[in-house]
Amino acid sequence: MTEQADKNLTTIAISKGRVFEESLSLLSTMKIHVAEKDLEGRKLLLPTSEAGIRLLVVRSKDVPTYVQYGVAELGIVGKDVLMEFTGGGIYEPIDLGIAKCRLMVAAMEPQLQHSRRLRVATKYVRSTQQHFAAKGLQVELIKLYGSMELAPVLGLADCIVDLVATGNTLKANGLTPIEHVADISCRLIVNKAAMKIKSATLRRLIEQFKLAARE
Amino acid sequence: MNDRNRWLLPEGIEESLPDEAAWLEHHRRTLLDMFSSWGYELVIPPLIEYLESLLVGPSDDLDLQTFKVTDQLTGRMMGIRADMTPQVARIDAHRLRQDAPARFCYLGTVLHTRPGGRDMTRSPLQLGAELYGHAGADSDVEVICLMLEALRQVGIEDICLDLGHVGVFEDMVEQAGLGDEQRRALQALLQQRALPEYGQLLSECSLAEAQRETLMALSDLSGDESVIGQARQMLEGTGGRALEHIDYVEALSERIKQRIAGIRLHFDFAALSGYHYENGAVFAAYISGQGEQIARGGRYDMIGQVFGHSRPATGFSLDLKALAKISPLAQPSRHGIFAPCDEDPELHAAIDQLRRKGERVICALQGQQGGAQAMRCNRVLEKKDHQWCVKGID
Repeated sequence: MTEQADKNLTTIAISKGRVFEESLSLLSTMKIHVAEKDLEGRKLLLPTSEAGIRLLVVRSKDVPTYVQYGVAELGIVGKDVLMEFTGGGIYEPIDLGIAKCRLMVAAMEPQLQHSRRLRVATKYVRSTQQHFAAKGLQVELIKLYGSMELAPVLGLADCIVDLVATGNTLKANGLTPIEHVADISCRLIVNKAAMKIKSATLRRLIEQFKLAARE
Repeated sequence: MNDRNRWLLPEGIEESLPDEAAWLEHHRRTLLDMFSSWGYELVIPPLIEYLESLLVGPSDDLDLQTFKVTDQLTGRMMGIRADMTPQVARIDAHRLRQDAPARFCYLGTVLHTRPGGRDMTRSPLQLGAELYGHAGADSDVEVICLMLEALRQVGIEDICLDLGHVGVFEDMVEQAGLGDEQRRALQALLQQRALPEYGQLLSECSLAEAQRETLMALSDLSGDESVIGQARQMLEGTGGRALEHIDYVEALSERIKQRIAGIRLHFDFAALSGYHYENGAVFAAYISGQGEQIARGGRYDMIGQVFGHSRPATGFSLDLKALAKISPLAQPSRHGIFAPCDEDPELHAAIDQLRRKGERVICALQGQQGGAQAMRCNRVLEKKDHQWCVKGID
């Protein structure tokens, strides 16, 4: 039998890594706990102390997809991922205020010097395009999947657009943040159809999340 | 593209194999017959027409969803329909021009530039019905009941009906005197309930404090029936027509509850229309386990204005192919009778007779591979005592 959505079961898809760690402590303020032995294993579908709630641990970019298709009713994912997501069908009602950072333009010089079209290396193609378009600039986008700090150093791009938490990685590679693109934090996202069909259950949970996020 | 994968279809473009095609055709017939019994007449709009007549309403969404080609005869832009509603509106407004109510239904493949829905399709099989020439709850109730009846007929029950009214938001924005650009930006954020950003944008708009609060509270106006009371309280004394819209939706819900026993209702006053041509009550059907609505519709009064005959309208549409995948109803049986390869005139007389009775008779071909079972037959024609008769096979 497939692990399909039970009518009374609520699945929360959560990004792996830092978001997951911070989500666990948020959930524990809501008195929803995950057993230690489950966390140690390699299970991706985790039961919780609440019988009606289970967690699904996936890559951050997959969180909106699981929620869009309704496989998970709720999701916890960074705004950076949502800004790149084009699928639709989801609500993002609450800023959980966890895993905060900023999406920034960074370069080797504090002032961008360029005589031709600016080359920007980034993983965040949509946000980058919108940011520069709003400034009236047409840029050449270079899509990279990681270690973007290398791009300006090696001359692949004039600048990068990336998430900045402490700024240490940038500094270590000789880059300075020069422009603010967006403030990023985690959002609670909800499947549109589930919000209507399981209205009572989900609204109660969302309310709990809202309270927990305020603390 | 190389020779080895020349069978490959474009992304989001599907074909139906015999089983699914049989299901679709069976339900196409029964649904259109049912529509006809409600007085809805079938129209067959063209696959392609000039862009100006295809794109009505203020929305960019429909424009982006529409495939375009240049007409080699005139040099004008043509679009392949992405939604048949504007076509039917054109037919009502320009071709038929009448004042009495008109009821139409339609079924056809539409084409979308971007994949959507659970199956990520770009070619839904759109089935819909529209009622022109009446403003008021009677026509909305009729169309909603017709939509629910269509779903029931393909075996989909336990539906959650979502009711809302586009006018609530529109009225508030108008009262607040917000410009078109701000309205669109707010609308986009409200659509995805991005509440932190929505609140942020509201605080940037020049609004009276009370107006800001009502617009913010609107984003949370969804849930069970208690929402209606909540909405009334919130809108008390704000003036405008928003309160009338709430009353209208409540009246709709009361009548639907009466007509359809046990229907589950959900209310959403922050609901906005799908293609933005809707401008009154909107509704959608949801079922458990599907991440998106399975049918939707709403009121889109005065859409015919651009075609020279403006009148009220309401309707709904759904993707029949999507329903084929979730319907619990089995494929219609396609068993038949296998007839031997024989030139005996009596055999052919027997076959003709059986076929006229509605039986499915398949004639064997000289030297063919596979027998009755391979031809999906559960019976055979055999000669017994100089007579051809039907005999079951084990």
